[in-house]
Amino acid sequence: MKIYRSHVLICGGTGCTSSGSVKLLDRFAQQLKEHKLDDEISVVKTGCFGLCEAGPVVIVYPEGTFYSRVTPEDVDEIVAEHLLKGRIVRRLVYHEHSEVPNHSQSLNDIDFYKHQTRVALRNCGVIDPEKIDEYIAFDGYKALATALTEMTPQQVIDVIKESGLRGRGGGGFPTGLKWQLCAKSVSDKKYVICNADEGDPGAFMDRSILEGDPHSTLEAMVLCGYAIGSDEGYIYVRAEYPIAVKRLQIAIDQAKAYGLLGENILNTGFKFDIHIRLGAGAFVCGEETALMSSIEGRRGEPTPKPPFPAECGLFGKPTNINNVETFANIPQILLNGAEWFRTMGSQRSPGTKVFALGGKINNTGLVEVPMGTPLRTVIYDIGGGIPKGKKFKAVQTGGPSGGCIPSSLIDVPIEYDSLVEIGSMMGSGGMIVMDEDNCMVDIARFFLDFTVDESCGKCTPCRIGTRRMLEILDRIVSGKGEEGDIEKLETLAHAIKDTALCGLGQTAPNPVLSTIRYFRDEYEAHIKDKRCPAHHCKDLLHLEITDKCRGCTACARVCPVGAISGEPRGKHHIDIDKCIKCDSCISKCHFDAIIKV
Amino acid sequence: MVDRKEQFEALRNVINKHKDEKGALMPVMQEAQNIFGYLPQDVQIEIAEGLGITLSEVYGVATFYSQFALQPKGEHVISVCMGTACYVKGAQAVLDKLSESLGVAPGETTADGKFTLMATRCLGACGLAPVLTVGDDVHGRVIPDEIPSIIAKYES
Repeated sequence: MKIYRSHVLICGGTGCTSSGSVKLLDRFAQQLKEHKLDDEISVVKTGCFGLCEAGPVVIVYPEGTFYSRVTPEDVDEIVAEHLLKGRIVRRLVYHEHSEVPNHSQSLNDIDFYKHQTRVALRNCGVIDPEKIDEYIAFDGYKALATALTEMTPQQVIDVIKESGLRGRGGGGFPTGLKWQLCAKSVSDKKYVICNADEGDPGAFMDRSILEGDPHSTLEAMVLCGYAIGSDEGYIYVRAEYPIAVKRLQIAIDQAKAYGLLGENILNTGFKFDIHIRLGAGAFVCGEETALMSSIEGRRGEPTPKPPFPAECGLFGKPTNINNVETFANIPQILLNGAEWFRTMGSQRSPGTKVFALGGKINNTGLVEVPMGTPLRTVIYDIGGGIPKGKKFKAVQTGGPSGGCIPSSLIDVPIEYDSLVEIGSMMGSGGMIVMDEDNCMVDIARFFLDFTVDESCGKCTPCRIGTRRMLEILDRIVSGKGEEGDIEKLETLAHAIKDTALCGLGQTAPNPVLSTIRYFRDEYEAHIKDKRCPAHHCKDLLHLEITDKCRGCTACARVCPVGAISGEPRGKHHIDIDKCIKCDSCISKCHFDAIIKV
Repeated sequence: MVDRKEQFEALRNVINKHKDEKGALMPVMQEAQNIFGYLPQDVQIEIAEGLGITLSEVYGVATFYSQFALQPKGEHVISVCMGTACYVKGAQAVLDKLSESLGVAPGETTADGKFTLMATRCLGACGLAPVLTVGDDVHGRVIPDEIPSIIAKYES
């Protein structure tokens, strides 16, 4: 094996690819060649580093120098200065918000990483996901080899059961128990499914795992197949994830070539094959029975449970279905033991959880923390707080099935049960932070709009009930709310929760119920005072020019409807009957003289 | 001009390749859409006959999933991410501005067939919120004022 003196790691996740990391790869190759360094320094395209906010990200080892927002032009300087002369390019080094510039930082000094414990993401941003050798070098497929040669299927299940691992897709069902139920079902054929139909808006951890460490999922699926007695698996992945799909296919081909997948795995006689199936843009297909209908080539409509998939699943056969992050934990648990896993996290929810931190937060990205970590640590210590000095208002977890957690509950530990107790849920791990400018009624409306759109239409409570709720919310945000609307929303919400067929419908009212619970005053302000306290809802606000106006006329010139009048150097005025509230004047004003009231 | 005969030939190959698989319908439809750009009625009939299922089954699946299009799309598809992270950072204003500039509602195509405007599900590039894509190009941290210049880039 060739030894290099330095390794340049370039993030090849979706976030950094979107901000142009592929161009950096070519530029590095070309520059290193030019300086005749291509024999000494290797360039590796890895999976996601997690800190998407700083993308495209480049890390140089052995120093661990973390360069952020690198452009192709910057590459020349990094090669000429850092790689050739050993001088770190300080202006490109990532600085945390409060840090004094010119202080060079390596990965382990950065707060964003310091507070994290990476289990599911352990290889993301470390290995080249398109090379199976790198995965194997980090103990990849060791758990599989051990299980196939030294353990019985029941022993594998016992370890998973003892670890206390719970489903990371959101439900939190004990994984070991799920495997046990499926193992007990007697059938000539069983299936293993990996649910990679990550539909929650703002959640992208499963994609990052598949992009950054696809073999961990494959290894876990084979392990699951061995444990429950199955020889065939499907990965159902969103079509919107082209990079993940490509790397999965590469990983499957490589694993087959190495005898780690397919016939006679590791010469033990055990066989297991994996197929990739692409989703086609239906949120409800994240629900397991709907997902199986979709793999069978039908409309992705859920079916009532029981029968559970463990008895009668895909093509009518017993099926075990887990999500990507759950699978990514499996090989590590078998390697290090159930005891090790239980040392992380809380009593009721051992292990770690990956969250996709987004919205009004300084460090957008993926973070993995032990279960039970308080929200405050995630938002302030890791996330770096709220940008522009704004006030933290709420954090939304659990996507369209979850709820909004207000600032007063910021010290609540994050785990399945505590989140449910406060009216939200873990979900797949989306965590969207909102500041004082976000209207909570509008956020509830946004999620309802999403579920109405994604409802499959099979059961009445979800198809019609959510639409009626959306109509009421539309009315409230447009200033036509009536006395009693809040109560109507609550009645409808509880009826839908009790009667809808699947998880999508049963949880659809959660965003409304949790915002009513914690932000009832905002609902009332919209309905009674016809006022939006966050100054967000267009129909409930108008623009005004304050005494800060210097009469520069910039606003009058940019206004598309001629609603602003005034003499040069004199205070201007907005005609609220003409104003269309496009906010163009606000962005043009140099004196912050235009406000929303 | 694309040869329709060749396209149908390609479709028949796809059908034959998948015919004996379990649950072959969706992979076939996905590849058919790659060939034709959308799924017109004659393509759906070909698929139904090739796989030995009814046209209503094919149509049922085509209308259930948002990925399948029954109408041709414009030359450039502009997709505005409406995931939560983008939404709280002003994606709605971006979409409104695009809608106003192009003169079409989300889901529609301009009369000259140049642009199709879509409100899409989360793209997972939340670090760049609000995000829009034009074909394979990604534009991040978009503000409404930038929209005219983004459109202009693809107009020529």
